[in-house]
Amino acid sequence: MLTTVEIIILLPLFGAIVSGVFGHWLKKSSGYVATACVGAAWLLGLKTLVDVMGGVGVDENVYTWVSAGSFTASVGFLVDPLSAIMLVTVTTVSFFVHVYSFGYMHHDAGFARFFAYLNLFVFSMLVLILANNYLLMFVGWEGVGVCSYLLIGFWYERKSASDAGKKAFIVNRIGDFGFLIGIFTMFGYLGTVQFSEVVAKAGGGALPASAATGIALLLFLGACGKSAQFPLYVWLPDAMEGPTPVSALIHAATMVTAGVYVVARSNVLYTLSPTAGAVVAWVGVFTALLAASIALVNTDIKRVLAYSTVSQLGYMFIGVGVGAYTAGIFHLFTHAFFKGLMFLAAGSVMHAMSNELDMRKYGGLLSKMKVTGYTFIIGTIAIAGIPPLSGFWSKDLILAGAYHSHVPGHAALWALGVVGAVMTSFYMFRLILMTFFGQPRDAHLYDHAHESPPSMTVPLLVLAVGAIFVGGVTGYPLEHGWINHFLDPVLGSPDHGSGGAGLSPSVLIGISVAAGLGGFVLALVMHRSGRLGADSRQPIHKVLWNKWYVDEAYDVSIVRPIHRLSMALWTIFDTIVVDGIANGLGYTVKGISWVSGRFQTGRTPTYAMWMLFGTIAMIYAVTLP
Amino acid sequence: METAVFYVLATIAVASAVLLVLFRNPVYSALSLVATLFAVAGLFVLLNAYFLAAVQIIVYAGAVMVLFLFVIMLLNLGHSEALESTVGRYRLTGVIFLCALLVAQLTAVGTRQLRGPVAENEALRTENVQTLGKLLYTDFLFPFEVASIILLVALIGVVVLVKRETPETT
Amino acid sequence: MAVATSHYLILSAILFSIGVAGVLTRRNAIVIFMCIELMLNAVNLAFVAFARHLGQADGQVFVFFVMAVAAAEVAVGLAIIIAVFRNRETVDVAEVNLLKW
Repeated sequence: MLTTVEIIILLPLFGAIVSGVFGHWLKKSSGYVATACVGAAWLLGLKTLVDVMGGVGVDENVYTWVSAGSFTASVGFLVDPLSAIMLVTVTTVSFFVHVYSFGYMHHDAGFARFFAYLNLFVFSMLVLILANNYLLMFVGWEGVGVCSYLLIGFWYERKSASDAGKKAFIVNRIGDFGFLIGIFTMFGYLGTVQFSEVVAKAGGGALPASAATGIALLLFLGACGKSAQFPLYVWLPDAMEGPTPVSALIHAATMVTAGVYVVARSNVLYTLSPTAGAVVAWVGVFTALLAASIALVNTDIKRVLAYSTVSQLGYMFIGVGVGAYTAGIFHLFTHAFFKGLMFLAAGSVMHAMSNELDMRKYGGLLSKMKVTGYTFIIGTIAIAGIPPLSGFWSKDLILAGAYHSHVPGHAALWALGVVGAVMTSFYMFRLILMTFFGQPRDAHLYDHAHESPPSMTVPLLVLAVGAIFVGGVTGYPLEHGWINHFLDPVLGSPDHGSGGAGLSPSVLIGISVAAGLGGFVLALVMHRSGRLGADSRQPIHKVLWNKWYVDEAYDVSIVRPIHRLSMALWTIFDTIVVDGIANGLGYTVKGISWVSGRFQTGRTPTYAMWMLFGTIAMIYAVTLP
Repeated sequence: METAVFYVLATIAVASAVLLVLFRNPVYSALSLVATLFAVAGLFVLLNAYFLAAVQIIVYAGAVMVLFLFVIMLLNLGHSEALESTVGRYRLTGVIFLCALLVAQLTAVGTRQLRGPVAENEALRTENVQTLGKLLYTDFLFPFEVASIILLVALIGVVVLVKRETPETT
Repeated sequence: MAVATSHYLILSAILFSIGVAGVLTRRNAIVIFMCIELMLNAVNLAFVAFARHLGQADGQVFVFFVMAVAAAEVAVGLAIIIAVFRNRETVDVAEVNLLKW
């Protein structure tokens, strides 16, 4: 009999197989099958969360998958508060994205294929978060990578889309390499890859601090790739070439948060190694500011959201890096709602504007698209960290955690986080003001704009409710909310290294709220004076517009040298050595076959003659003692 | 007496076998093969294999040889002397040499194993058919059934091979 | 006095070799086929001789099977010859080099 967890995992796989294999015949019905599967998984996920709240966890090995020497890896599942939260986040957003896709992908020729990929993604993601060991987690990790690749390049006939898919895949490969080496190292030191045993052994002091640092940093390299942190974030903005529901589901709400999940899951390692934690936090804050600064000037609606995602992921890494794991996961949880919401709303806008992505051609859309507009505004207020919406609670928990932690430079970390919050608020309100307010800047597009069908607006409304309430309901009162009581047993409560020294909590809250409002006011002022979205000749604008030239730097420092090296290998090593061996083998075989071909006359008597020869030889072999 | 019969039959068998190879006309070859088969059937009798002797005559000399002659006649090969070119001298010498080697070795193998006297089996002589029948339906039942399947497969195969493709009525 | 088993074996070997010689030297497919039958008969003779020598019926049972298989083989072989003759108007194995691609 299958357990609930197994059913949850197998449902999307079933949906993927049905809509993938039979999609050709099912046509639009495949969408119903896929959505129903994810919907059922969602309900079971909620039930699982309730069970876990009642203290019922699962840690079961279904069967032994690999057994070699002292190494064993099982297909096994773990349900504890952490994976339960992830489970609910993933299935909720997945379900509503599925519903949304009905409307969004309605006219697409690859309708069934889209749902097959989407379900396959949900399956992989569930394997990732429900696995009870690192190896199975890696399977899900690679699975979501493949699905991401497939979905970014979903419109593969467009070269930019297939290029973006390849870029995502290759950049992720660097991270995956680190992740895998990290798992190997962990096995080398601890002799196990199972979460429960790793926690027991590492917590029991079986792991030297240096090894813990190494493993933690290697795992973080993997997390950097998957969760788009500096220096491996470059794939995520390009991933916006995929269909918008994919951007919402994979590149905002779920897959990109896998890295945060890994760090939180491995919290015992990061607790052992303050160095690794500090690296995570500083990479997080650096990425948060870098991405936010690029988002300040970008005019492509999806790319602004993509850079915003990178930036918010940076915040999550600040949280898990400073030891406030609960805060990081909490932000992941709330972010899934409001960022998923904003992507879907952006998709709705694109849908109305004939797939135009340039915000400079939008304007004044609120009157035409009320549901989309207001839900988008709700998402924006949430991400800007203005109470009482969701984003405020989680972001403030992170900033408070950073301020109170004893990571080197924790006060600077907090200050930079606040600066990032101002920037976040600014670029999001800038997006809202350019899209929904002011005068229409492209009359033709504006005339054709219309509100999206209910299958698209209903998910927006549901996610908007989530964006308003989930943070407050689970996070109030700050640092002592339900989420803290729920997750702290697994993740440990953040240690307050600097104690109660420094600014009091209420001052911190005041500052971060002021940061959110400050960004808003700044955007409003610039909007009024008409400078929002206008071209600027200032050098800093040019640098930001060109995304700090990171892609160009990678091109010069990595891509081209590799290309040159490959060319050299091709001309020298490949043509001479490899081809030499291959051709040599070919000529040898050709020679031998020429000789043996002489025997094949095709005439029966000749064959009979040779047979007789053989017979006599065999008789001699038998009779001679 | 028995020895004399053996030598007569052996002479007939070898002589007609040689003629089988040497005759230019396939019909003559077939007839000399019939003679060999009869001689071998006689030898079977000498060896107390009465049932096999009968089967030899019925199946081989009867059915199989009729089939051979039928095909020869059907394809009108009776006078196709032109088919036979002179056998190369070199090749013939080689073949005879090889065959001599073969004879020598086969007899060496055969006689080497034959130590001790002939084991008498009275039942095999007096109740030959019953003995074989019992064996066929007990110890060798499975091969027996397989043999029948082989015959069936051959039957179908022959029909498929020889059947002319009916021209498509397009 | 029964004839010694070795006599039968030598006779069998001679008949077999004559069959081999026929297969190798003749070019008419039907004659080659007859020579193969001759070789089979030579082997049958050896089987029966051994059966008597060892006082066991198994050898005779084997001959029975050989005959059954030989009958099937003749039927199929002659059918092939007919099919080849239809296509090529010849049964000369020197001209029928179908085994070469």
